[in-house]
Amino acid sequence: MSRRKTERLLSLVVCLLSAGRFLTATQIRAAVPGYPDTFDAFKRMFERDKDELRELGIPLETGTNSPGDEEAGYRISRQAYMLPEIRLEPDEAAMLGLAARVWHRAELEGAAAGALLKLRAAGIDAEETTQPGIEPRLQADEAAFGALWEAVRDGRPVTFAYRAAGRSSLQQRRLEPWGVVNRHGRWYVAGQDLDRADVRVFRLSRIDGPVAFAGPPGTVTVPPGTDVRETVRDWDTDPPALRTAVVRIRRGTGHGLRQHASACRPDPAGAGWDLAELPFSDVGWFADHIASFGADVIALDPADLREAVMGRLKGVLA
Amino acid sequence: MTTAATPRESPPRPGTATDRLQRLLALVPYVVSRNVVGLADTAAAFGVTERQLVDDLNMLWCVELRSPDPYCPIDLSYEGGEIVVSQAESIDRPLRLGVDEASALLIALRMLAEVPGMEERSALSRTIAKLETAAGAAAAASAQVAVQVDDTAALGVLAEMKDALARRRRIHLSYYVPGRDEATERDVDPMRLLVVEGRTYLEGWCLRAESVRLFRLDRVIAISVLDTAASVPGDAQHVDTDQGLFRPSADDVHVLLELSARGRWVAEYYPCEETEELGEGRLRVSLRTPDTRWVRRLALRLGEDGQVIAPAALAAQIREDAAAALAQYT
Repeated sequence: MSRRKTERLLSLVVCLLSAGRFLTATQIRAAVPGYPDTFDAFKRMFERDKDELRELGIPLETGTNSPGDEEAGYRISRQAYMLPEIRLEPDEAAMLGLAARVWHRAELEGAAAGALLKLRAAGIDAEETTQPGIEPRLQADEAAFGALWEAVRDGRPVTFAYRAAGRSSLQQRRLEPWGVVNRHGRWYVAGQDLDRADVRVFRLSRIDGPVAFAGPPGTVTVPPGTDVRETVRDWDTDPPALRTAVVRIRRGTGHGLRQHASACRPDPAGAGWDLAELPFSDVGWFADHIASFGADVIALDPADLREAVMGRLKGVLA
Repeated sequence: MTTAATPRESPPRPGTATDRLQRLLALVPYVVSRNVVGLADTAAAFGVTERQLVDDLNMLWCVELRSPDPYCPIDLSYEGGEIVVSQAESIDRPLRLGVDEASALLIALRMLAEVPGMEERSALSRTIAKLETAAGAAAAASAQVAVQVDDTAALGVLAEMKDALARRRRIHLSYYVPGRDEATERDVDPMRLLVVEGRTYLEGWCLRAESVRLFRLDRVIAISVLDTAASVPGDAQHVDTDQGLFRPSADDVHVLLELSARGRWVAEYYPCEETEELGEGRLRVSLRTPDTRWVRRLALRLGEDGQVIAPAALAAQIREDAAAALAQYT
């Protein structure tokens, strides 16, 4: 059956492309072999065929050849169908091969392969060969990526259950998505939060369960001048360091902290220790960080930082 | 990471009628644009066997339209292993790119243009411009997806590594390992540069570990290219980045960790083998690691928001770590 279907669809495409004008269903039935004998059965099969061709991106149009025609017909405009002329130099074609490999085993891998197939058919020799030098890879294995890409592409609002950082419960959110951004290897979606009536950024890995469409295509308008990369960057950037901590660091340890020290000198109170000044903004986060060094780093000042570090350590023993 | 996955349309199975139609519609222009092509080369380019390809060609040749007069719109031959299409005006050009297709390539090309030290920037920008023109309206949506590549890696480090790769030289690295809070010294024979999850890595044979290791460029404290020739063992395997950068091995310690809602982020940052919801946002995760030193540091950082359940010896060690640290505050 599959073979006969391929033959029929191929004949249909060739028929509509070469006619150069609208053909009525009756004319198509007469020209294309493989349709059933009764008109009703033909109609049903023809409807399905039209849908399948459109899903492949084949621009199947409906219309009439002259205003007087009563019955609408179908055609594929050659202009709308064909890939415009594209010529690439060898170094450019090599970049295409590298680009397709970026999606290796990730969400848009099939789409990249499909694009490469068409470009090869246009005469471009884009080989997926391994190149010396840099091998970029993109992971898009978050389950929500596919649905959010479709929503962004088609301009549709979405709804999903979201677990905000540190929250114990899920919240149902409604979003007009403007764009999907990968930053530091993590995927985010930015857009207008319909309940908060403000711009929000969500991390894809914190979306729980399916992303559902909450409106028809074409109903989301991205405000002109929006730069989603900037939106995500602003959301993700640490606030500027406003306070200074004084910590003792055991000599030969705490490399991760020393890199950020604004001052560091031997501790006059004890051999084998250094005294470092470190800029910070968020007490909670910075206390976590200092606690992770265990007995090698001790927070001296300010008092709230010192208390917070002790709190973490006591929490381990609780 | 989460329990329920978003259902998505199943990827087209190879061998469906529409898959084959796509291939047939690409096959004719592929031959036409090259005038004449070999059967074997073409089969390889389309990822099919020669037998399948011949079947495709026969199907194209057999297309017959019956009205108004019967005619065969496609004429071709493949005698002597060479394909020639002599008539196929209606489908002699490929179908234009769909939105997903154009976007997949454009997003990737723009990402490549951001990779630090990428020398082919000019070729990339020319390719992007040409592809945008050819894709037309289908190119627009790709602007709504962006991949940022970290540029925190010092360009000086990258330049030294590229130099070492080009001249096949051994390098000496002073390299920071945050999980153990250690600055390590090691000689490495470079293999290649990788960009994975937005970060740049050097893959190389580490003489100290006697195995292939990845080094994140932004953790290189100092680098020097040595006068020694690099000699990567012939059986050294590339790291398979498709499965993520961290893979468990048989020698790993199995760690069981219970996290509060505040500690859940651990499941996003570390490759957990199993996650189990415990209610109220609490999570039990299991992970495997060859080196538990970073787990000890992680547990101190988490405080009451994370508790190592197993192995018991590791849990006891963490309590000792915390007690020793607290002793410094009294």
